[in-house]
Amino acid sequence: MTRALRIIASNPMSLAGLLLVLLIVAAAIFAPWVAPFPTHNTAVIDFAYANQGPSARNWMGTDLVGRDIFSRILYAYRISLGLGIVVLIIAAPVGTVVGLLAGYLGGWTESVLMRLVDVFLSIPPLVLAIAVLGVLEPTLTNAMIAVTVMWWPWYARLVYSIARSEREEGYVLAAEVIGAPTAHIAFREVLPNCLPAIITKMTLDMGFVIIIASSLSFLGLGVQPPTPDLGSMVAEGARYLPDSWWMTVFPGLAILLAVFGFNLLGDGLREVLGVDE
Amino acid sequence: MSSVLRILLRRLGISVIVLIGVSMLIFAIARIIPGDPARIALGPNATAEQVVMIRTEMHLDEPIVAQYGHFVADVLRGDLGTSLYTNRPVTTDIAEFLPATLELVIFAGILMVGFGLPLGILAARHRGRWPDHVVRVLTLLTVSAPSFVWAVILMLLFAFYLPLFPVAGRLDSAYDITRVTGFLTVDTLIAGNFGAFLDALHHLVLPAVALALSGIGQAARLTRANMVETYDKPYIEMAEAYGFFPSRIARRYAFKPSLIPSLTIIGLDFAAMLGNAFLVEAVFAWPGLSRYGVAVILRKDLNAIMGTVLIIALTFLVVNIIVDLLIAFLNTRIRHSTRGAT
Repeated sequence: MTRALRIIASNPMSLAGLLLVLLIVAAAIFAPWVAPFPTHNTAVIDFAYANQGPSARNWMGTDLVGRDIFSRILYAYRISLGLGIVVLIIAAPVGTVVGLLAGYLGGWTESVLMRLVDVFLSIPPLVLAIAVLGVLEPTLTNAMIAVTVMWWPWYARLVYSIARSEREEGYVLAAEVIGAPTAHIAFREVLPNCLPAIITKMTLDMGFVIIIASSLSFLGLGVQPPTPDLGSMVAEGARYLPDSWWMTVFPGLAILLAVFGFNLLGDGLREVLGVDE
Repeated sequence: MSSVLRILLRRLGISVIVLIGVSMLIFAIARIIPGDPARIALGPNATAEQVVMIRTEMHLDEPIVAQYGHFVADVLRGDLGTSLYTNRPVTTDIAEFLPATLELVIFAGILMVGFGLPLGILAARHRGRWPDHVVRVLTLLTVSAPSFVWAVILMLLFAFYLPLFPVAGRLDSAYDITRVTGFLTVDTLIAGNFGAFLDALHHLVLPAVALALSGIGQAARLTRANMVETYDKPYIEMAEAYGFFPSRIARRYAFKPSLIPSLTIIGLDFAAMLGNAFLVEAVFAWPGLSRYGVAVILRKDLNAIMGTVLIIALTFLVVNIIVDLLIAFLNTRIRHSTRGAT
């Protein structure tokens, strides 16, 4: 662990990624204490300061009802990161188990499971999530369900391709020869060799889940107002371009910053853990 | 039988299985909807008799397997039902809106290949030096924001602050072009109106760039990674020892083997763009499938939702089959494997 940290810190880009991620995670956790206007995550109205550009009082300006954009961005990070964590905590294990079974067992299990994965992968991810949300009510929980439904197959495919090649390795054969149970070989022998790739993918995916989740709420299918979300903030502000540019540009840059951080960190991890692109 | 043909048949076989799965998935999604589809179709003021009638008409009183059977039979007949939102057959709606989306996605795809691959080659040739680092940071940036953020930023910079491109739409309203294919760049040429053709292209630039940016980044990163790996191969060292020009080594020996894995990802990125087109269309008021899709979703218009998803999945499958064939054709090992193959 300390060795990994040292390697990440030795590369300026991955170090920058690590710092960015830590900064954003801290911003999300401590939003109620560090936000200049900690009540602006609700339907507060302050018309005296409505639609104001960036100033010393409101660093990133205010929205149409006078709420501080910077404070709302901090709160929106809580939603984005929370959603990302929940989605990956469900999608990664489910996909991993499916991929592991298909890759290690082969035969019928492989055909059935991987065709199932193909089905999910043959609908563009965003479209699948939109369809799921289309029939459910647009809420935060349903957005999580929709994104999870579209996400697990990617882990299945990743783990499948690794497990398939590991199946032929000597250590697996050795375990089979001494009569180790199938579950033991799959989860205790093969799985550890998939972990570096899974961990790297989860780091990069935190960024991509943030992108997808904000895309859904941009279309009005995710978190509903007055709860602040980066995607819906951009959508709301886009109607007042170019005059009130701060309403769109700052939430947009907030997405860019967070995802960029996870991408830099993921890139660094890839090098540390020796994972192929 | 030539091996390219064999791959085509195998691929088509898998696609049929996948399509059956997609139809089941879409059907399942449509059935998890809370509430009675008959009630949703009729609205709040329907009488009990009307509900019973429409339930029979929609086969809702039959077992779920029979319902799926009816759904598939209808789809195979090219009948996707009637949209509650537009009151027209869903196929008519899709035929109207799909070409605009496809035109946008195809142009974005051209940009993705046209800029992504050269950037990747550039980075790989200068690996470890400053052009490589610049490309790495740039490509990481482009993949780090959703396409709607790029759309908003591009619009602000190049339509408002520097008014180089139009803010919205597909064509200036001064032009009146007869619709033939629905692709304005094609229809304007059919009409022989070159001014309108240029105007259509002009409208395409910003949305297509916004849509393509993350794909350009992905394609460049992947091409670079594959080429850097190839550069370590002995035959490259051999070519260098012969004193071949670096540009020739890059083109002929390092790039070609990297093209195949890149193509696979480009196929997947094309799929992502079909989804992301929804976002870009919303920003640029592009009259494609997006506005229709979002409208029918907000109205819980089941037939239209199912039809739209099905058509997009089908488009995606077709693209992937084309990509697979292209790969089979480019890969000389596959193309020439007929000799001595079983």
